[in-house]
Amino acid sequence: MNEPTKTQPRIGVYICHCGTNIAGVVDCKAVAETAAQYPNVVVSRDYKYMCSDPGQALIQQDIKEHKLDRIVVSSCSPLLHEHTFRGACEKGGLNPYCFQMVNIREHDSWVHEKGAAATDKAKDLTRAAVSRVAHHKPLETKTTPIHPDVMIVGGGIAGIQAALTLANAGQHVYLVEREPTIGGYMAKFDKTFPTLDCAACILTPKMSAVGAHPNITLWTYSEVAKVDGFVGNYKVVVKRKPRYIIEDLCVGCNECVTACVFKEGKFEDEFNMGLSKRKPVYMPFPQATPPIVLIDPETCINVKTGKCKKTCVEACGDRQAIDFTQKAEMKEVQVGTIILATGFQPFDAKRIPQYGYGIYPNVYTSLEIERLVNASGPTEGHVVLRDGKTKPKSVGIVHCVGSRDNKTHRWCSRVCCMYSMKLAHLIKHHTDAEVFNFYIDIRAPGKGYEEFYEKLQEEGVHFIRGRVAEVTDWQMSKEEEGKLVIRVEDTLAGFVRRIPVDMVVLAVGLEPHADSQDVRRQFNISCSTEGWFLERHPKLAPVNTFTDGIFIAGACQGPKDIPDTVAQAGAAAAEALSLIKAGSIELEPNTAFVVAEECSGCKTCIPMCPYTAISRDDVKKVAVINEALCKGCGTCVAACPSGAIKQNLFDDDEITSEIEAILAK
Amino acid sequence: METKSNNWEPRIVAFFCNWCTYTAADLAGVSRMKYAPNIRVIRLMCSGRLDPQYVMMAFAKGADGVLIGGCHPGDCHYVEGNYKTLRRVTLLERMLHDLGLEKERFRLEWISASEGDKVKKVVNEMVEQVRALGPLDMPGRFADWDKEMEELEAHVNHSQKEIPAHVH
Repeated sequence: MNEPTKTQPRIGVYICHCGTNIAGVVDCKAVAETAAQYPNVVVSRDYKYMCSDPGQALIQQDIKEHKLDRIVVSSCSPLLHEHTFRGACEKGGLNPYCFQMVNIREHDSWVHEKGAAATDKAKDLTRAAVSRVAHHKPLETKTTPIHPDVMIVGGGIAGIQAALTLANAGQHVYLVEREPTIGGYMAKFDKTFPTLDCAACILTPKMSAVGAHPNITLWTYSEVAKVDGFVGNYKVVVKRKPRYIIEDLCVGCNECVTACVFKEGKFEDEFNMGLSKRKPVYMPFPQATPPIVLIDPETCINVKTGKCKKTCVEACGDRQAIDFTQKAEMKEVQVGTIILATGFQPFDAKRIPQYGYGIYPNVYTSLEIERLVNASGPTEGHVVLRDGKTKPKSVGIVHCVGSRDNKTHRWCSRVCCMYSMKLAHLIKHHTDAEVFNFYIDIRAPGKGYEEFYEKLQEEGVHFIRGRVAEVTDWQMSKEEEGKLVIRVEDTLAGFVRRIPVDMVVLAVGLEPHADSQDVRRQFNISCSTEGWFLERHPKLAPVNTFTDGIFIAGACQGPKDIPDTVAQAGAAAAEALSLIKAGSIELEPNTAFVVAEECSGCKTCIPMCPYTAISRDDVKKVAVINEALCKGCGTCVAACPSGAIKQNLFDDDEITSEIEAILAK
Repeated sequence: METKSNNWEPRIVAFFCNWCTYTAADLAGVSRMKYAPNIRVIRLMCSGRLDPQYVMMAFAKGADGVLIGGCHPGDCHYVEGNYKTLRRVTLLERMLHDLGLEKERFRLEWISASEGDKVKKVVNEMVEQVRALGPLDMPGRFADWDKEMEELEAHVNHSQKEIPAHVH
C-alpha cells in the first residue's frame, strides 16, 4: 500500500470527458495540461469516461506505476460516483479517503455555456482539489450493524406489498396504518384499469395475508409519534389510538353494531365517501383488516357523555371486547430500516368552484362514483343521482380537475385519464347513459392502456378535447331544462359547446397529504417543491432517500397507478432486504474528534451537538466526542474557540487549502 | 491579480451543505439550467460546519462575494445545524458591515434539494449585484496597505536617523 507521505505527496489528476457531457463545454485537455503544473501533481490525464472499467484501471495502474498516494478525479457529482472512484483507489492499493472528487459536470458543463469561463472554472475547482487532497489522511471505513426488523408506514397497496415481500423473506415487519383498516384507496375501487379485474378480488387476499402473517405486526388506527436514531438502528414510537375495543377479544361478529342505540346509521361513512351513513360503532367495510370494529369517540354517546344504555356491551356479552376506559398507547420498537408508503390525498374539488362541486348535488367526484358503481357500495352498484333513484341518461366526465393547471397543481396526476375511461365504461355498462369525456390530452402510456382507450371509443363513449370552462344550471334552451350544462371549447371542432347532462363526474387529481411536510420532517427526508417525498436519484435510486435506511414507495413519491406502485413497493422491500442481508452498512468516516492537549474544557461545543455525542471528561477537564454518536456535521468543529476539534475529511487545513487554491490565479 | 479592467469578472465563493443546497446545485445541472459561471462551490456536510473565518479568508484571498447555502429552517439533515449557521452569520454580517463591506457581497440562502431553480436565481442575482459593486480586491488592498506601511516605516526610520543623539 502506498502510504501517503507528509513531506511530498504524489498526486494523480484525472479529467473526465463524460462523452461530450463535459468535453462539449469544458476543454478537458487544457484542464489536464494546466493541472499537470499544479504542485505535487505527478500524473495528469484526460479520459473519455473515468467511471468506465478502463478509466478506473487507469487510476489503478498509475497508482502502482507512478507510486501515487493521492488521487483527484474531475468528473460528475460526488453524490453519484465518489464511491466508484474511492473503490478504484482501494483496488489500486491506496486508502480510499486519499481521494478528492471535483464536480465539473453538474456544477460546470451542464450549467454554463461553452467557452473559456467554463474551462477556467474547471481549472479552479481542480486546483482546489489538488491543494486539498494533499492534506487528506488515510482513514478507516466504519460500519454499523443493521437491525433486521423493518417498519412500514402506510397500509395501502404499496405498504401491503412491501410488508408481504419482506415478511415472506423472513423479516419481521411492523406495519403502521393511520386508518382503522389497511387497504388504502385501492380498497374503495370497484374495478382496476385496463383489465377491469375487480379491485377487491385482487386486494383482499393480500390484506388477509398481512393480517394472518406471523412475521407482520399490524398496527392500524396508529401513527408514528417519534423517530430517533439512524440507519440500522432506528427507535420508533408509535401511538396506538384507542378504538375502545380490545383487539384480541373482538371477533368481528358485528353484533354490537346491530345492538347500538342508534337504530339507523346517522354519521357520514368515510369509506363510502359520505354517500351512506354509519353508526358510532362500526366496521369500516366487510373485508376490513383487521376484522375488528371500532367506536368513534366523536359520535358515541357513551364516550361523549357516559350516559348511554351501552347495548353494545350487552350484545358483546361474555367476550367483553368493548372497553370504554381504553387510552392511547405508546409502543416503542427498534428497527433497522423504514419504508414510507403514505400515499396521496385526492384533490379537493371544491377548490374549483366553477365546476360546481358542493353547489350542484349531481356533481360528483370520481371517488364517489367508484363507490356508486361498486356492488358493495351504498347503492349496491346502482348508479343513481343524489335523489337515490333516478338513473342518469347522460354523464359528463371532466378530466384534469386539479391537475395540469397553473392555478392548482401543475403536474399530471397520471391515473385520471385511465380511471375516467374505466368509470365511463362502468357507467355505460350500469346505466346505458351517453357518456362524454372532456380531456386535454388522453394520457394512456401503459401496458394495454392505449388499447383500452380504443375499446372505449368503439363502445361509443364520446371524447371531447377541451378543458371545461364551467358547469352550470343556467339553462338556455328547452333541451337543457333540468340539466347541468357543461361549457367547453371543443378544440378539435373549433367552437364553444354547451352539453347538457344529468350527472357530472370530476376526475380529481392526486396531491400530497396535507401533513406530508410534518411526516418528512419526522423521518428527516426531503420533499420536492410540490410536497412529494424526494427520491435520492430520479432514475437510479427511485426508492432511496437522502437518509440512509429510509425508503419510499407508491404515491407518496409522486402520482402513480397500481402496477407502478406495486413495482416500487417491491423495489423498496428489496433495498431494505439488501441492507438487512449485508448485516451492516459502511458509514462515512467524517466524524469529529477532540485533540485533548488543545482543549481548554470551555464546553462551548457541548450544546452544539444535536446528537449529544459530546461530553466533558471531568477528570481530564476536556471535551470528549463519542464517535459512535457523531454524524459528522462539523458544527462543533466550527464552534471550538481553540481549534481543538478536528474533523476527518473536513478538517480546517483541508477546507482552508481549498478556499485558498480556488481563488489563486 | 485582477484589476478594475474591462474584463474583470466577479468571483463568488460558495459554501453549500451536502444535503440540500449542493444537491440543489446538482439538480440545476441535471435540469440544464444555465447560470453565471462566476461561482465556485465548496462542499461542506452541513452549513453548521462553516467557520466564520472561512468567509473572512475567502474575502482576504480575493473573493468578491461569498454565498452560504443551507437547508431551510427545520429541514437540516443534522436537525439544527442551520440554526447555528444563522446565528453565526447574523453576527458575521454585522462585523463585515462594520468593516465597510457592502451587504450584497455576503449572502445566506436556504435552498432545499428540490430547488434547482433557486440556485440559478440566487447565483445570477448575486453575480449581477457584485458586478455592479465592482471588485473588492482585498489582496490588492492589502498590498497597497503593506506598501504604505513600508513607506511610513521607511519615513519614520529615516526621520529617526535625523534626530540628534542628545534628544535620547
